[in-house]
Amino acid sequence: MAEQMMHDGAAPLMIAEGLGKTYGRLVACRDISFNLYSGEVLAIVGESGSGKSTLLQMLSAQLTPSAGRVSYRMRDGVTRDLASLGEAERRFLFRTDWGYVHQDPAMGLRMAVSAGANVGERLMAVGWNHYGRIRDTATSWLERVEIDTSRIDDAPRTYSGGMRQRLQIARNLVTEPRLVFMDEPTGGLDVSVQARLLDLMRSLVSELGLAAIVVTHDLAVARLLSHRIMVMKGGQVIEAGLTDQVLDDPHEGYTQLLVSSVLPG
Amino acid sequence: MPAMIELTDACKTFTMHLQGGIRLPVVRGVSLAVMPGECVVLSGPSGAGKSSVLKMIFGNYRCDEGRIFIHHQDATIDLARAEPRQILSVRRHTIGYVSQFLRAVPRVPAIDVVAEPLFVAGAAREEGRSRAGSLLRRLNIPERLWSLPPSTFSGGEQQRVNIARGFLPDLPILLLDEPTASLDAANRAVVVDLITEKKRAGVAMLAIVHDDEVREAIADRIVDVTAFAAAA
Repeated sequence: MAEQMMHDGAAPLMIAEGLGKTYGRLVACRDISFNLYSGEVLAIVGESGSGKSTLLQMLSAQLTPSAGRVSYRMRDGVTRDLASLGEAERRFLFRTDWGYVHQDPAMGLRMAVSAGANVGERLMAVGWNHYGRIRDTATSWLERVEIDTSRIDDAPRTYSGGMRQRLQIARNLVTEPRLVFMDEPTGGLDVSVQARLLDLMRSLVSELGLAAIVVTHDLAVARLLSHRIMVMKGGQVIEAGLTDQVLDDPHEGYTQLLVSSVLPG
Repeated sequence: MPAMIELTDACKTFTMHLQGGIRLPVVRGVSLAVMPGECVVLSGPSGAGKSSVLKMIFGNYRCDEGRIFIHHQDATIDLARAEPRQILSVRRHTIGYVSQFLRAVPRVPAIDVVAEPLFVAGAAREEGRSRAGSLLRRLNIPERLWSLPPSTFSGGEQQRVNIARGFLPDLPILLLDEPTASLDAANRAVVVDLITEKKRAGVAMLAIVHDDEVREAIADRIVDVTAFAAAA
């Protein structure tokens, strides 16, 4: 009964069951299971080589698991195994219902076309065809991510690193996805630029009620953005729970090491 | 009338893996209840585990043994065994927590830091900010500071922002960890008034207060935490 009360009876948005990935004898991920609900932000933390990026690729249907499966509740309310989706259905998810924010904005943007076109392109992909409306929507999204709208016709290659990352976020959110994957979204940015981006992501996620899965090695990012956290080591989840609980009261030795290695802020 | 908070035999031990697995027992056998409209103050010397008890109830610390029953949305939930999203729901709708230190988010103006719990509960920007503003005014935070991020404020100002954030939403349970520690007499009196108003509104409170005068003014009952000392 309590369960039902908590999320108004809604089913999880994403379910991972016994996910694993092996490359020959190398085990990249082993036996990972969790439920993600609408509006929840899950952080996956761990050092390089812990398997967190492999996991993110499996969750976002870019990599086929060797074991287990990922299911997703589609907009029609039906929960489907990602492996059972056809290519067209998967592309549809990527264009509309999902966002993917890459660490390197150059991977998620088209660097040589204008900022307005970068945002508008996602709208055109879902059938928008009225130029004026596309441009208006793109303009309002540039404002939301704090990009000076006089730069709308400039290509992102003329932008700073922080602006590129904010543009990538606008491009991803313009179609109002329900789930956003983020791979080290603040990696490679100056500390002051990171703070601005984190604050922006935090407010957008809560205003839009987005679910997000954020891969990061930075515990401060996890603390600011996420509700829940999974700590990975050697391809396995070694500790998981409420973010402040895991960070304030870590039980596993490795998590205690990670937490105690953070420089005081 | 059911208790809002009821702990039975709650127990907490830290295991420090980086220090050769030393076990640090904090508290054990913690049993206490707080009724609606009641303010229970935890007493005991520093290090006795008072803050740990509050953190277990808020869910920052995990409870190793025992139960932590919370009256939440017309039902009782055991936080010692709750799922993360249930704990989040309890924090959104039932338990507020005023800690000694503000964990400020860079760049967020003070007024929004205070109003955030209302925004999360679905309040409109205007209404949230206006309610946050009147509480900040009561706590003597000058209006010219409202639009600035509190990371630049003095310790006492930060604490008052934190108090405003904790007292603003109408939650049925409040946990107070030394809410008056770095305040002057005038602001201490405001906090005592706020606590009295919460009591009258039926809020159940569990508090840690070192100031004798404040304790005298707010405590309906005192629970000595040394009774729960975990023998090493």
